[in-house]
Amino acid sequence: MNAADLVASICLVAGCFLCLTAGLGLVRFPDVLNRMHAATKPQVLGVLLVMTGAVIRLTGQPIVWMLVLVAVSQLITAPVSAHMVSRIAYRRRHVRRARLLVDELGTPPAPLPARPHPVHPEGAPDADEPADGPEADSRTTS
Amino acid sequence: MTVVAIVCFALLGAGAVLILARLAMGPSLLDRVVSTDALLVTIACGIAVYCAVYRDISLEPVLLVVALLAFVGSVSVARYIGGMLVAAETPADATPSDADLAGRPEGTP
Repeated sequence: MNAADLVASICLVAGCFLCLTAGLGLVRFPDVLNRMHAATKPQVLGVLLVMTGAVIRLTGQPIVWMLVLVAVSQLITAPVSAHMVSRIAYRRRHVRRARLLVDELGTPPAPLPARPHPVHPEGAPDADEPADGPEADSRTTS
Repeated sequence: MTVVAIVCFALLGAGAVLILARLAMGPSLLDRVVSTDALLVTIACGIAVYCAVYRDISLEPVLLVVALLAFVGSVSVARYIGGMLVAAETPADATPSDADLAGRPEGTP
């Protein structure tokens, strides 16, 4: 076992250990968001470590690029799926709100002080503003 | 390298058993989604460890398919539950629908 194999072995064992921590966290944690936090560890860092070990081990083989593709696709798709799952979890009240320190979605923010509404040249509202917000009435009447 | 294979597969197997326990117990549907995602990642790690230890590249396309299947599965199930959410909120009466009762969190009657 030379140095490259040693580095590859360390990467593989570390990635597999992160998979074990994901299992422990999924069993022990009390909430959907906490379980997502535990399950994300092997999704990003574990897969990156295992793919690094496999690339070191398989250097010279023809389809090593596929391992790099797997790692990149995990990096891209993990935030998307985590965002969707956590949003649905919050909306369906699977989050224990008493355990949250900061709940930015729960309480409506304090009303802003009166300020002049931004002028739209063609009268089109901003795309980010809600259509049924408190400012919509004054906007549609003008 | 055999020792590395044994250690890696033992760690992956223990993690997969714990994830399967959460998949069986999970009180809500989203817990099962999260644990299914973690289980597919564990399977992908296992395939990669096999490829790396035995220098066998015949399973690498399977690795790519599993990694993409995890994303597609979790996103589609999340959108499905979101559709249930919209369908449950549109009637304005107070009786909870079946979609409301299906994903009730633990601790509530």
